[in-house]
Amino acid sequence: MEFVVAVAQVNPRLGDVEFNLDLYEERVRAARARGADLVVFPELSLSGYFLKDMVSTVALRIDAPEIARLRTLSRGGAIVAGFVEETADYRFFNSAAYLEDGEIRYVHRKAYLPTYGLFDEGRYFARGDRIRSFATQRGQSAMLICEDFWHPSAVYLVALDHALLVICPSSSPLRGVSDDREQDDNARYWELLIRMYAQTYALFVVYANRAGFEDGVGFWGGSEIVDPTGARLAKAKYYEEDMIVAPVNLKAARRQRLAAPLLRDEDLDLTIHELVRIRDRQGAGGDDAGK
Amino acid sequence: MVASRDTSGGRVPIPTNPALLRRVLTGFVANEVRKVGVERVVVGLSGGVDSAVSAMLAAAALGPTNVLAIKMPYRTSSPESLEHADAVIAVAGIESLQVDITPQIDAYFARFPDADNMRRGNKMARERMTILYDHSARWRALVLGTSNKTELLLGYGTLYGDMASALNPIGDLYKTQVWALARAIGVPPEIVDKEPSADLWSGQTDEAELGFGYREVDALLYLMVDLRYSRAELLAARFAAPFVERVSGMVRGSQFKRRLPVIAKVSARTIDRDFRYARDWGR
Repeated sequence: MEFVVAVAQVNPRLGDVEFNLDLYEERVRAARARGADLVVFPELSLSGYFLKDMVSTVALRIDAPEIARLRTLSRGGAIVAGFVEETADYRFFNSAAYLEDGEIRYVHRKAYLPTYGLFDEGRYFARGDRIRSFATQRGQSAMLICEDFWHPSAVYLVALDHALLVICPSSSPLRGVSDDREQDDNARYWELLIRMYAQTYALFVVYANRAGFEDGVGFWGGSEIVDPTGARLAKAKYYEEDMIVAPVNLKAARRQRLAAPLLRDEDLDLTIHELVRIRDRQGAGGDDAGK
Repeated sequence: MVASRDTSGGRVPIPTNPALLRRVLTGFVANEVRKVGVERVVVGLSGGVDSAVSAMLAAAALGPTNVLAIKMPYRTSSPESLEHADAVIAVAGIESLQVDITPQIDAYFARFPDADNMRRGNKMARERMTILYDHSARWRALVLGTSNKTELLLGYGTLYGDMASALNPIGDLYKTQVWALARAIGVPPEIVDKEPSADLWSGQTDEAELGFGYREVDALLYLMVDLRYSRAELLAARFAAPFVERVSGMVRGSQFKRRLPVIAKVSARTIDRDFRYARDWGR
Protein backbone atom coordinates (compact mmCIF):
# COMPACT_ATOMS: atom_id res chain seq x y z
CA MET A 1 0.00 0.00 0.00
CA GLU A 2 1.72 3.13 -1.21
CA PHE A 3 0.46 6.67 -0.73
CA VAL A 4 1.76 10.15 -0.01
CA VAL A 5 1.57 11.68 3.45
CA ALA A 6 1.78 15.39 4.22
CA VAL A 7 2.07 17.08 7.60
CA ALA A 8 0.78 20.65 7.82
CA GLN A 9 2.84 22.21 10.60
CA VAL A 10 0.60 25.20 11.23
CA ASN A 11 0.29 28.05 13.71
CA PRO A 12 -3.46 28.30 14.36
CA ARG A 13 -5.20 31.30 15.91
CA LEU A 14 -6.24 30.66 19.50
CA GLY A 15 -10.00 30.34 19.83
CA ASP A 16 -10.82 31.25 16.20
CA VAL A 17 -12.24 28.11 14.55
CA GLU A 18 -13.39 29.95 11.43
CA PHE A 19 -9.92 31.32 10.78
CA ASN A 20 -8.36 27.91 11.39
CA LEU A 21 -10.80 26.16 9.04
CA ASP A 22 -9.69 28.53 6.29
CA LEU A 23 -6.11 27.67 7.21
CA TYR A 24 -6.94 23.95 6.91
CA GLU A 25 -8.47 24.46 3.46
CA GLU A 26 -5.52 26.42 2.24
CA ARG A 27 -2.99 23.87 3.53
CA VAL A 28 -4.93 20.90 2.18
CA ARG A 29 -4.96 22.50 -1.27
CA ALA A 30 -1.21 23.12 -1.01
CA ALA A 31 -0.57 19.53 0.12
CA ARG A 32 -2.73 18.10 -2.68
CA ALA A 33 -0.79 20.18 -5.17
CA ARG A 34 2.30 18.36 -3.92
CA GLY A 35 0.66 14.98 -4.47
CA ALA A 36 -0.43 14.25 -0.90
CA ASP A 37 -3.23 11.71 -0.24
CA LEU A 38 -3.27 12.01 3.55
CA VAL A 39 -2.83 15.43 5.20
CA VAL A 40 -2.21 15.44 8.95
CA PHE A 41 -2.78 18.48 11.19
CA PRO A 42 -1.55 18.96 14.77
CA GLU A 43 -3.43 18.46 18.02
CA LEU A 44 -6.24 20.99 18.61
CA SER A 45 -5.17 22.91 15.53
CA LEU A 46 -8.78 23.84 14.72
CA SER A 47 -8.97 25.76 17.99
CA GLY A 48 -5.49 26.43 19.37
CA TYR A 49 -4.05 24.72 22.42
CA PHE A 50 -4.12 26.80 25.65
CA LEU A 51 -7.89 27.18 25.53
CA LYS A 52 -8.71 27.21 29.23
CA ASP A 53 -12.31 28.46 29.60
CA MET A 54 -12.67 28.65 25.81
CA VAL A 55 -12.92 24.85 25.60
CA SER A 56 -16.71 24.90 25.68
CA THR A 57 -17.04 27.79 23.22
CA VAL A 58 -14.86 26.27 20.48
CA ALA A 59 -16.20 22.72 20.94
CA LEU A 60 -17.79 20.98 17.94
CA ARG A 61 -20.36 18.21 17.83
CA ILE A 62 -19.45 15.53 15.34
CA ASP A 63 -22.46 16.65 13.23
CA ALA A 64 -21.42 20.32 13.29
CA PRO A 65 -21.25 22.24 10.00
CA GLU A 66 -17.53 22.81 10.59
CA ILE A 67 -16.95 19.05 10.64
CA ALA A 68 -19.09 18.78 7.48
CA ARG A 69 -16.69 21.26 5.86
CA LEU A 70 -13.79 19.00 6.80
CA ARG A 71 -15.59 15.97 5.39
CA THR A 72 -16.02 17.79 2.10
CA LEU A 73 -12.38 18.77 2.20
CA SER A 74 -11.38 15.12 2.62
CA ARG A 75 -13.00 14.01 -0.64
CA GLY A 76 -10.50 12.28 -2.88
CA GLY A 77 -8.06 11.82 0.01
CA ALA A 78 -7.83 11.82 3.79
CA ILE A 79 -7.32 14.38 6.55
CA VAL A 80 -6.48 14.13 10.23
CA ALA A 81 -7.93 17.08 12.16
CA GLY A 82 -7.44 18.06 15.80
CA PHE A 83 -10.40 19.67 17.59
CA VAL A 84 -12.43 19.93 20.78
CA GLU A 85 -15.23 17.39 20.52
CA GLU A 86 -18.46 17.88 22.44
CA THR A 87 -20.66 14.86 23.05
CA ALA A 88 -24.44 14.63 23.37
CA ASP A 89 -24.05 14.44 27.16
CA TYR A 90 -21.90 17.60 27.19
CA ARG A 91 -18.52 16.16 27.78
CA PHE A 92 -15.51 17.71 26.03
CA PHE A 93 -12.70 15.68 24.54
CA ASN A 94 -9.35 16.56 23.04
CA SER A 95 -10.01 14.61 19.82
CA ALA A 96 -8.49 13.78 16.46
CA ALA A 97 -10.68 12.74 13.52
CA TYR A 98 -9.56 10.69 10.54
CA LEU A 99 -11.70 11.78 7.60
CA GLU A 100 -11.51 9.93 4.32
CA ASP A 101 -13.39 10.50 1.08
CA GLY A 102 -16.08 12.56 2.77
CA GLU A 103 -16.61 10.15 5.69
CA ILE A 104 -15.41 10.06 9.29
CA ARG A 105 -13.41 6.84 9.59
CA TYR A 106 -12.47 7.17 13.23
CA VAL A 107 -12.32 9.62 16.12
CA HIS A 108 -9.67 9.16 18.79
CA ARG A 109 -10.19 10.88 22.13
CA LYS A 110 -6.99 11.67 23.99
CA ALA A 111 -6.66 9.22 26.86
CA TYR A 112 -3.70 10.69 28.72
CA LEU A 113 -4.40 14.30 29.60
CA PRO A 114 -1.28 16.02 30.94
CA THR A 115 -2.10 17.97 34.10
CA TYR A 116 1.23 19.01 35.51
CA GLY A 117 3.82 21.70 34.89
CA LEU A 118 2.44 24.05 32.25
CA PHE A 119 -0.36 21.62 31.31
CA ASP A 120 -3.91 21.78 32.59
CA GLU A 121 -5.85 19.40 30.35
CA GLY A 122 -7.37 17.33 33.13
CA ARG A 123 -9.17 20.41 34.35
CA TYR A 124 -10.94 21.01 31.05
CA PHE A 125 -11.25 17.72 29.18
CA ALA A 126 -12.87 14.35 29.74
CA ARG A 127 -10.55 11.39 29.34
CA GLY A 128 -10.79 9.10 26.33
CA ASP A 129 -11.25 5.41 27.16
CA ARG A 130 -10.20 3.68 23.94
CA ILE A 131 -6.87 3.04 22.28
CA ARG A 132 -7.46 1.25 19.00
CA SER A 133 -6.38 0.93 15.43
CA PHE A 134 -8.85 1.32 12.56
CA ALA A 135 -9.13 0.39 8.92
CA THR A 136 -8.67 2.99 6.20
CA GLN A 137 -8.33 2.81 2.43
CA ARG A 138 -4.67 3.48 3.11
CA GLY A 139 -4.09 0.61 5.49
CA GLN A 140 -4.56 -0.12 9.17
CA SER A 141 -3.85 3.02 11.14
CA ALA A 142 -4.02 4.43 14.65
CA MET A 143 -4.02 7.89 16.19
CA LEU A 144 -2.41 8.81 19.50
CA ILE A 145 -2.55 12.42 20.59
CA CYS A 146 0.63 13.96 22.03
CA GLU A 147 0.85 12.73 25.66
CA ASP A 148 -0.75 9.40 24.67
CA PHE A 149 2.44 8.71 22.76
CA TRP A 150 4.56 9.13 25.88
CA HIS A 151 2.88 6.10 27.38
CA PRO A 152 4.61 3.01 25.99
CA SER A 153 1.49 0.99 26.74
CA ALA A 154 -0.53 3.11 24.28
CA VAL A 155 1.84 2.50 21.39
CA TYR A 156 2.13 -1.15 22.42
CA LEU A 157 -1.65 -1.52 22.22
CA VAL A 158 -2.04 -0.04 18.75
CA ALA A 159 0.92 -2.02 17.48
CA LEU A 160 -0.68 -5.25 18.72
CA ASP A 161 -3.97 -4.03 17.27
CA HIS A 162 -2.32 -4.27 13.83
CA ALA A 163 -1.59 -0.63 13.13
CA LEU A 164 1.06 -0.17 10.45
CA LEU A 165 0.84 3.60 10.60
CA VAL A 166 0.68 5.56 13.86
CA ILE A 167 -0.36 9.18 13.49
CA CYS A 168 0.52 11.48 16.36
CA PRO A 169 -1.02 14.96 16.26
CA SER A 170 0.76 17.06 18.87
CA SER A 171 1.02 20.54 20.41
CA SER A 172 4.34 20.10 22.08
CA PRO A 173 5.92 23.14 23.73
CA LEU A 174 9.59 23.88 23.48
CA ARG A 175 11.32 23.85 26.83
CA GLY A 176 14.69 23.06 28.27
CA VAL A 177 17.82 24.53 26.75
CA SER A 178 21.13 22.70 26.78
CA ASP A 179 24.58 23.79 25.71
CA ASP A 180 25.28 20.72 23.64
CA ARG A 181 22.03 20.46 21.69
CA GLU A 182 20.91 22.48 18.73
CA GLN A 183 17.25 22.11 19.69
CA ASP A 184 15.41 22.25 22.98
CA ASP A 185 15.44 19.21 25.27
CA ASN A 186 11.81 18.38 24.57
CA ALA A 187 12.39 18.15 20.81
CA ARG A 188 15.29 15.77 21.36
CA TYR A 189 13.29 13.55 23.66
CA TRP A 190 10.39 13.31 21.21
CA GLU A 191 12.70 12.37 18.38
CA LEU A 192 14.20 9.62 20.48
CA LEU A 193 10.73 8.25 21.29
CA ILE A 194 9.47 8.38 17.72
CA ARG A 195 12.46 6.55 16.37
CA MET A 196 12.39 3.99 19.14
CA TYR A 197 8.72 3.11 18.65
CA ALA A 198 8.96 3.07 14.84
CA GLN A 199 11.87 0.67 14.93
CA THR A 200 10.78 -1.48 17.87
CA TYR A 201 7.26 -2.05 16.60
CA ALA A 202 8.23 -1.86 12.91
CA LEU A 203 5.65 0.68 11.88
CA PHE A 204 5.42 4.14 10.37
CA VAL A 205 5.10 7.15 12.66
CA VAL A 206 3.68 10.41 11.36
CA TYR A 207 4.35 13.09 13.95
CA ALA A 208 2.50 16.38 13.39
CA ASN A 209 3.54 19.13 15.75
CA ARG A 210 2.60 22.77 15.58
CA ALA A 211 4.55 26.03 15.46
CA GLY A 212 3.97 29.53 16.82
CA PHE A 213 3.48 30.88 20.34
CA GLU A 214 0.56 31.07 22.75
CA ASP A 215 1.05 33.39 25.73
CA GLY A 216 4.78 33.15 25.33
CA VAL A 217 4.87 29.35 25.11
CA GLY A 218 6.45 28.31 21.83
CA PHE A 219 5.80 25.07 19.97
CA TRP A 220 8.91 23.46 18.54
CA GLY A 221 7.58 22.18 15.20
CA GLY A 222 9.98 19.56 13.86
CA SER A 223 7.20 17.30 12.51
CA GLU A 224 8.45 14.13 10.90
CA ILE A 225 7.60 10.97 9.03
CA VAL A 226 9.64 8.00 10.19
CA ASP A 227 9.73 4.53 8.62
CA PRO A 228 9.91 1.10 10.32
CA THR A 229 13.69 1.10 10.24
CA GLY A 230 13.71 4.33 12.23
CA ALA A 231 14.81 6.36 9.18
CA ARG A 232 13.35 9.80 8.62
CA LEU A 233 11.48 10.13 5.34
CA ALA A 234 10.79 13.82 5.92
CA LYS A 235 11.56 16.38 8.61
CA ALA A 236 9.93 19.79 9.07
CA LYS A 237 11.68 22.94 10.22
CA TYR A 238 11.99 23.58 13.91
CA TYR A 239 10.13 26.51 15.51
CA GLU A 240 8.28 27.76 12.41
CA GLU A 241 5.43 26.83 10.10
CA ASP A 242 6.22 24.30 7.42
CA MET A 243 4.85 21.44 5.37
CA ILE A 244 6.48 18.09 4.73
CA VAL A 245 5.48 15.48 2.17
CA ALA A 246 6.75 11.92 1.74
CA PRO A 247 5.63 8.74 0.01
CA VAL A 248 4.87 5.91 2.42
CA ASN A 249 4.83 2.25 1.47
CA LEU A 250 3.39 0.20 4.30
CA LYS A 251 5.08 -2.91 2.92
CA ALA A 252 8.31 -1.56 4.35
CA ALA A 253 7.07 -2.92 7.68
CA ARG A 254 7.29 -6.46 6.27
CA ARG A 255 11.08 -6.48 5.91
CA GLN A 256 11.55 -5.08 9.38
CA ARG A 257 9.12 -7.56 10.92
CA LEU A 258 10.84 -10.43 9.14
CA ALA A 259 14.19 -9.31 10.48
CA ALA A 260 12.91 -8.91 14.04
CA PRO A 261 9.47 -10.48 14.68
CA LEU A 262 8.99 -8.83 18.04
CA LEU A 263 5.26 -8.28 17.71
CA ARG A 264 4.70 -11.88 16.58
CA ASP A 265 6.49 -13.11 19.65
CA GLU A 266 4.67 -10.91 22.13
CA ASP A 267 3.21 -13.13 24.85
CA LEU A 268 -0.17 -11.56 25.53
CA ASP A 269 -1.14 -14.03 28.25
CA LEU A 270 2.09 -13.43 30.09
CA THR A 271 1.59 -9.66 29.88
CA ILE A 272 -2.07 -9.79 30.89
CA HIS A 273 -1.30 -12.14 33.77
CA GLU A 274 1.38 -9.86 35.12
CA LEU A 275 -0.70 -6.72 34.59
CA VAL A 276 -3.60 -8.25 36.51
CA ARG A 277 -1.27 -9.28 39.31
CA ILE A 278 0.24 -5.79 39.50
CA ARG A 279 -3.16 -4.09 39.40
CA ASP A 280 -4.63 -6.37 42.08
CA ARG A 281 -1.69 -5.94 44.37
CA GLN A 282 -1.89 -2.15 44.05
CA GLY A 283 -5.64 -2.31 44.62
CA ALA A 284 -5.18 -4.47 47.71
CA GLY A 285 -3.56 -1.63 49.59
CA GLY A 286 0.02 -1.16 48.67
CA ASP A 287 2.72 -2.10 46.30
CA ASP A 288 5.07 -4.62 47.85
CA ALA A 289 7.38 -4.65 44.86
CA GLY A 290 10.60 -6.45 45.49
CA LYS A 291 9.14 -9.16 47.70
CA MET B 1 8.59 15.68 30.58
CA VAL B 2 11.98 16.89 29.56
CA ALA B 3 15.05 14.73 29.56
CA SER B 4 16.43 15.67 32.94
CA ARG B 5 19.89 16.97 33.64
CA ASP B 6 22.15 15.27 36.10
CA THR B 7 20.94 16.26 39.54
CA SER B 8 22.91 13.76 41.55
CA GLY B 9 23.77 16.47 44.02
CA GLY B 10 26.24 19.27 43.67
CA ARG B 11 26.21 22.26 41.40
CA VAL B 12 25.01 22.10 37.84
CA PRO B 13 26.08 24.82 35.44
CA ILE B 14 23.30 26.94 33.94
CA PRO B 15 22.94 26.00 30.30
CA THR B 16 23.21 28.77 27.76
CA ASN B 17 22.72 28.10 24.13
CA PRO B 18 22.83 31.55 22.52
CA ALA B 19 22.05 30.31 19.00
CA LEU B 20 18.91 28.52 20.15
CA LEU B 21 17.87 31.33 22.51
CA ARG B 22 18.25 33.91 19.78
CA ARG B 23 16.12 31.86 17.40
CA VAL B 24 13.38 31.18 19.93
CA LEU B 25 13.28 34.70 21.37
CA THR B 26 13.18 36.49 18.02
CA GLY B 27 10.39 34.09 17.00
CA PHE B 28 8.58 34.97 20.22
CA VAL B 29 8.80 38.72 19.61
CA ALA B 30 7.73 38.52 15.96
CA ASN B 31 4.85 36.19 16.73
CA GLU B 32 3.48 37.82 19.88
CA VAL B 33 3.74 41.37 18.48
CA ARG B 34 2.19 40.71 15.07
CA LYS B 35 -0.72 38.67 16.36
CA VAL B 36 -1.89 41.79 18.22
CA GLY B 37 -2.06 43.54 14.85
CA VAL B 38 0.93 45.84 15.27
CA GLU B 39 4.46 45.75 13.88
CA ARG B 40 6.37 47.79 16.42
CA VAL B 41 7.73 47.93 19.97
CA VAL B 42 9.04 50.68 22.23
CA VAL B 43 11.73 49.90 24.75
CA GLY B 44 13.36 51.95 27.48
CA LEU B 45 17.11 51.85 26.89
CA SER B 46 19.09 52.34 30.09
CA GLY B 47 22.57 51.67 28.79
CA GLY B 48 22.60 48.31 30.59
CA VAL B 49 22.85 44.83 29.17
CA ASP B 50 19.23 43.72 29.73
CA SER B 51 17.57 46.48 27.72
CA ALA B 52 20.32 46.20 25.10
CA VAL B 53 19.54 42.50 24.60
CA SER B 54 15.76 43.07 24.47
CA ALA B 55 16.14 45.88 21.95
CA MET B 56 18.52 43.94 19.72
CA LEU B 57 16.32 40.84 19.76
CA ALA B 58 13.37 43.03 18.75
CA ALA B 59 15.39 44.65 15.99
CA ALA B 60 16.27 41.21 14.63
CA ALA B 61 12.65 40.06 14.92
CA LEU B 62 10.79 43.08 13.57
CA GLY B 63 13.38 45.07 11.66
CA PRO B 64 15.30 47.98 13.20
CA THR B 65 12.88 50.66 11.98
CA ASN B 66 10.10 48.99 13.97
CA VAL B 67 11.91 49.42 17.28
CA LEU B 68 11.84 52.74 19.14
CA ALA B 69 14.40 53.06 21.94
CA ILE B 70 13.64 55.76 24.49
CA LYS B 71 16.44 57.07 26.66
CA MET B 72 15.08 58.60 29.84
CA PRO B 73 17.93 60.04 31.90
CA TYR B 74 17.60 61.87 35.20
CA ARG B 75 20.09 64.61 36.10
CA THR B 76 22.09 62.22 38.32
CA SER B 77 22.23 59.44 35.71
CA SER B 78 25.72 58.54 34.66
CA PRO B 79 26.78 60.06 31.30
CA GLU B 80 28.30 56.68 30.49
CA SER B 81 24.80 55.16 30.54
CA LEU B 82 23.70 57.51 27.76
CA GLU B 83 26.83 56.72 25.76
CA HIS B 84 26.13 53.03 26.10
CA ALA B 85 22.49 53.46 25.09
CA ASP B 86 23.67 55.41 22.02
CA ALA B 87 26.10 52.60 21.20
CA VAL B 88 23.21 50.10 21.18
CA ILE B 89 21.10 52.42 19.01
CA ALA B 90 23.97 52.71 16.55
CA VAL B 91 24.78 49.00 16.44
CA ALA B 92 21.13 47.94 16.12
CA GLY B 93 20.16 50.76 13.76
CA ILE B 94 16.94 51.38 15.68
CA GLU B 95 14.87 54.55 16.07
CA SER B 96 15.48 56.61 19.19
CA LEU B 97 14.19 59.39 21.33
CA GLN B 98 15.43 61.08 24.50
CA VAL B 99 13.12 62.28 27.24
CA ASP B 100 14.80 63.86 30.26
CA ILE B 101 12.70 62.98 33.31
CA THR B 102 14.38 65.52 35.62
CA PRO B 103 11.67 68.23 35.48
CA GLN B 104 8.80 65.93 36.37
CA ILE B 105 10.74 64.08 39.09
CA ASP B 106 12.09 67.26 40.70
CA ALA B 107 8.70 68.99 40.53
CA TYR B 108 7.16 66.09 42.44
CA PHE B 109 9.84 65.71 45.11
CA ALA B 110 9.90 69.48 45.73
CA ARG B 111 6.73 68.70 47.70
CA PHE B 112 8.26 65.66 49.45
CA PRO B 113 11.90 66.62 49.96
CA ASP B 114 12.55 64.02 52.67
CA ALA B 115 11.95 61.08 50.28
CA ASP B 116 14.72 58.49 50.45
CA ASN B 117 16.61 56.91 47.55
CA MET B 118 14.22 54.00 47.28
CA ARG B 119 11.16 56.23 46.89
CA ARG B 120 12.99 58.38 44.38
CA GLY B 121 14.21 55.38 42.43
CA ASN B 122 10.76 53.80 42.31
CA LYS B 123 9.21 57.09 41.22
CA MET B 124 11.72 57.40 38.39
CA ALA B 125 11.02 53.84 37.25
CA ARG B 126 7.27 54.58 37.20
CA GLU B 127 7.69 57.89 35.34
CA ARG B 128 9.68 56.03 32.71
CA MET B 129 6.89 53.47 32.46
CA THR B 130 4.28 56.18 31.76
CA ILE B 131 6.49 57.62 29.04
CA LEU B 132 6.94 54.23 27.38
CA TYR B 133 3.19 53.55 27.43
CA ASP B 134 2.43 57.03 26.10
CA HIS B 135 4.76 56.51 23.15
CA SER B 136 3.45 53.01 22.59
CA ALA B 137 0.04 54.60 21.95
CA ARG B 138 1.51 57.35 19.77
CA TRP B 139 3.54 54.90 17.73
CA ARG B 140 1.07 51.96 17.62
CA ALA B 141 3.56 49.75 19.39
CA LEU B 142 3.83 47.39 22.35
CA VAL B 143 6.06 48.06 25.35
CA LEU B 144 8.93 45.58 25.40
CA GLY B 145 10.03 44.27 28.79
CA THR B 146 13.63 44.17 29.97
CA SER B 147 13.45 42.34 33.33
CA ASN B 148 15.50 39.15 33.58
CA LYS B 149 14.62 36.05 35.58
CA THR B 150 17.09 36.80 38.36
CA GLU B 151 15.57 40.18 39.19
CA LEU B 152 12.02 38.92 38.72
CA LEU B 153 12.66 36.10 41.19
CA LEU B 154 14.40 38.34 43.71
CA GLY B 155 11.81 41.10 43.34
CA TYR B 156 14.65 43.46 42.43
CA GLY B 157 12.52 45.76 40.31
CA THR B 158 9.77 48.35 40.63
CA LEU B 159 6.22 47.05 40.46
CA TYR B 160 4.39 48.93 37.68
CA GLY B 161 7.72 50.56 36.87
CA ASP B 162 10.46 48.70 35.02
CA MET B 163 8.52 45.46 35.64
CA ALA B 164 5.63 46.69 33.46
CA SER B 165 5.52 45.63 29.81
CA ALA B 166 3.35 43.96 27.19
CA LEU B 167 5.85 41.26 26.40
CA ASN B 168 9.24 40.31 27.75
CA PRO B 169 11.69 38.20 25.74
CA ILE B 170 14.27 37.82 28.54
CA GLY B 171 12.07 37.16 31.60
CA ASP B 172 13.01 33.45 31.62
CA LEU B 173 16.76 34.10 31.34
CA TYR B 174 19.02 34.43 34.35
CA LYS B 175 21.47 37.34 34.28
CA THR B 176 24.25 34.87 33.50
CA GLN B 177 22.34 33.76 30.41
CA VAL B 178 21.62 37.35 29.38
CA TRP B 179 25.36 38.04 29.43
CA ALA B 180 26.09 35.03 27.23
CA LEU B 181 23.32 35.95 24.79
CA ALA B 182 24.46 39.58 24.74
CA ARG B 183 27.94 38.60 23.65
CA ALA B 184 26.59 36.30 20.95
CA ILE B 185 24.23 38.85 19.39
CA GLY B 186 26.75 41.68 19.27
CA VAL B 187 25.90 43.91 22.22
CA PRO B 188 28.96 46.18 22.54
CA PRO B 189 31.42 44.50 24.96
CA GLU B 190 31.76 47.55 27.23
CA ILE B 191 28.06 47.11 28.06
CA VAL B 192 28.32 43.38 28.74
CA ASP B 193 31.45 43.70 30.84
CA LYS B 194 30.49 46.63 33.07
CA GLU B 195 29.16 46.32 36.58
CA PRO B 196 25.33 46.05 36.51
CA SER B 197 23.54 49.09 37.91
CA ALA B 198 20.01 50.42 38.02
CA ASP B 199 21.68 53.86 37.85
CA LEU B 200 18.99 55.33 40.06
CA TRP B 201 21.53 57.27 42.08
CA SER B 202 25.19 58.02 41.66
CA GLY B 203 27.52 55.10 42.30
CA GLN B 204 24.73 52.55 42.73
CA THR B 205 25.57 48.98 41.73
CA ASP B 206 23.19 46.04 41.82
CA GLU B 207 25.66 43.69 43.47
CA ALA B 208 26.56 46.16 46.24
CA GLU B 209 22.89 46.81 46.92
CA LEU B 210 21.91 43.14 46.87
CA GLY B 211 24.94 42.06 48.85
CA PHE B 212 25.85 39.19 46.52
CA GLY B 213 27.00 38.63 42.95
CA TYR B 214 24.75 37.64 40.06
CA ARG B 215 26.82 34.59 39.18
CA GLU B 216 26.56 33.23 42.70
CA VAL B 217 22.85 33.92 43.08
CA ASP B 218 22.09 32.58 39.59
CA ALA B 219 23.89 29.35 40.43
CA LEU B 220 21.69 29.07 43.53
CA LEU B 221 18.41 30.11 41.89
CA TYR B 222 18.92 27.69 39.01
CA LEU B 223 19.19 24.74 41.41
CA MET B 224 16.42 26.04 43.69
CA VAL B 225 13.87 27.02 41.05
CA ASP B 226 14.61 25.13 37.86
CA LEU B 227 15.93 21.89 39.36
CA ARG B 228 13.87 22.08 42.58
CA TYR B 229 16.72 21.25 44.94
CA SER B 230 15.69 20.92 48.57
CA ARG B 231 17.38 23.02 51.25
CA ALA B 232 19.51 20.03 52.25
CA GLU B 233 20.62 19.51 48.65
CA LEU B 234 21.53 23.20 48.33
CA LEU B 235 23.67 22.99 51.45
CA ALA B 236 25.31 19.85 50.11
CA ALA B 237 26.11 21.82 46.97
CA ARG B 238 28.14 24.15 49.23
CA PHE B 239 25.85 27.15 49.41
CA ALA B 240 26.06 28.86 52.81
CA ALA B 241 22.91 28.46 54.91
CA PRO B 242 22.42 32.23 55.50
CA PHE B 243 22.71 32.85 51.75
CA VAL B 244 20.12 30.15 51.01
CA GLU B 245 17.77 31.60 53.65
CA ARG B 246 18.18 35.14 52.43
CA VAL B 247 17.54 34.31 48.77
CA SER B 248 14.60 32.00 49.55
CA GLY B 249 13.14 34.80 51.65
CA MET B 250 13.52 37.30 48.82
CA VAL B 251 11.79 34.98 46.33
CA ARG B 252 8.93 34.31 48.74
CA GLY B 253 8.65 37.93 49.85
CA SER B 254 8.38 39.27 46.32
CA GLN B 255 5.75 36.83 45.07
CA PHE B 256 3.17 39.63 45.09
CA LYS B 257 5.17 41.46 42.44
CA ARG B 258 4.77 38.57 40.05
CA ARG B 259 0.98 38.37 40.38
CA LEU B 260 -2.04 40.48 39.54
CA PRO B 261 -3.54 42.36 42.52
CA VAL B 262 -5.48 40.08 44.82
CA ILE B 263 -9.21 40.26 44.12
CA ALA B 264 -11.90 39.60 46.73
CA LYS B 265 -14.03 36.77 45.42
CA VAL B 266 -17.80 37.28 45.59
CA SER B 267 -19.11 35.98 42.24
CA ALA B 268 -19.14 32.50 40.73
CA ARG B 269 -16.53 33.54 38.19
CA THR B 270 -13.73 35.73 39.43
CA ILE B 271 -11.10 37.09 37.06
CA ASP B 272 -8.09 34.79 36.85
CA ARG B 273 -9.40 32.35 39.45
CA ASP B 274 -12.33 30.73 37.68
CA PHE B 275 -12.54 33.08 34.71
CA ARG B 276 -9.50 31.80 32.89
CA TYR B 277 -8.44 32.78 29.43
CA ALA B 278 -5.13 33.07 27.69
CA ARG B 279 -3.87 36.55 27.06
CA ASP B 280 -3.73 35.54 23.38
CA TRP B 281 -7.49 34.92 23.38
CA GLY B 282 -8.66 35.00 19.75
CA ARG B 283 -5.20 35.88 18.44
